[in-house]
Amino acid sequence: MSGYRIVHYMNQFFGGIGGEESAGIKPESRSGAVGPGMAFSKALQGKAEIVGTVICGDGYFAENMDEAVEEVLRLIGEFKPDAVITGPAFNAGRYGTACGSVADAVGKKLKLPVVSGMYQENPGVDLYRKSVIIIPTSDNARGIKDAVPAMTNILLKLLSGEALGDPRTEGYLERGIRVNTFHPRSGAERAVDMLVLKMRGEKFETEYPMPVFDRVAPADPIKDLKGAKIALLTDGGIVPTGNPDRIEASSATKYATYSFEGVRSATSDLYQTAHGGYDPTYANQNPNRVLPLDVLRDMEDEGVFAKLHETWYTTVGNGTPVANGKKFGSEIGAQLKKDGVDAVILTST
Amino acid sequence: MVKEIERYGLPIVHICTIVPISLTVGANRIVPAIAIPHPLGDPTKTPEEEYAMRRAIVEKALSALQTPITEQTVF
Repeated sequence: MSGYRIVHYMNQFFGGIGGEESAGIKPESRSGAVGPGMAFSKALQGKAEIVGTVICGDGYFAENMDEAVEEVLRLIGEFKPDAVITGPAFNAGRYGTACGSVADAVGKKLKLPVVSGMYQENPGVDLYRKSVIIIPTSDNARGIKDAVPAMTNILLKLLSGEALGDPRTEGYLERGIRVNTFHPRSGAERAVDMLVLKMRGEKFETEYPMPVFDRVAPADPIKDLKGAKIALLTDGGIVPTGNPDRIEASSATKYATYSFEGVRSATSDLYQTAHGGYDPTYANQNPNRVLPLDVLRDMEDEGVFAKLHETWYTTVGNGTPVANGKKFGSEIGAQLKKDGVDAVILTST
Repeated sequence: MVKEIERYGLPIVHICTIVPISLTVGANRIVPAIAIPHPLGDPTKTPEEEYAMRRAIVEKALSALQTPITEQTVF
């Protein structure tokens, strides 16, 4: 029997309960390891044991974050663990957010060592990297074989009370913590070396990367709504039935444009969802639930605003690389501007 | 997408369920929605009630588009 007791947090999918149709399940626990927990058990080599698994649906977690964290923490606490693993979540956005949020709470409230794993672009990274040790993983579950040893290694270090070295050496994502260390060469020498490399046009590595704040200042509001042309966009994956442009269900490489001309309402005979990241039942029953065309047409008739832009844009926002999102937005924005649109509504699931 | 469109000086409102993600990506005008699989509806309600809920969110979005802001704002 090993010394350390570990609890593993995962979503309904990795927990073997089901896919999107089960994303609404509330937190529940199982004794022992489940799914990817088996790989962790093996990697722990008897130094620690996964005594329990806590599972929560990604949808439930995202929609009830406060209650979900509290309930997950309670279930984790019941196993009286010495440490906790969350994920890895790869590039699943809701799952990453849940893993980060649970890990953050475990560290702060239960005061236990905890490690998580995510793809660099997972929104959970930016939300929780400051408070949680996150191991960078690949963007899909095939990366489990690399993620498990890396996460296990860090977890065992944390359990043994060994101090973690710098993120680059240890292989976790930087938390933005500065640590005093003795360096054999003075700052002046290192700075001059860097400057020389820079002047030669060679590669050098900064000791203090500047944060990138890519923010856009809020645009001025619409002054005259009654005279305004409004455009409707979605990344909730609504497409004409049959998905004629074959927008991918995840990691979309494209967006598509269609016309609302002659259409009063986003009905199920005309539209469907192509999004692979949520249960499509409700959006397929009534696509207005994602693309509120019925309401906008009525408001247009009532003269609330002058005109609904007849061209609409759609894509699937599901693990979509940031670079693609940027490109889509930039192209769509240029076109909307050219078309004399005054303001934009973008809906997301 | 929100940010790149706003770069053209177009006011844009993001209606979304997971507000923390919208804040992280840098949307400026954010209107919370109902649930992930049905952000602007609720299948447990009657069609009339659902329409009213959807209309309320769209009205809030239009009012957000008319509100001057200087920083990220959740309406």
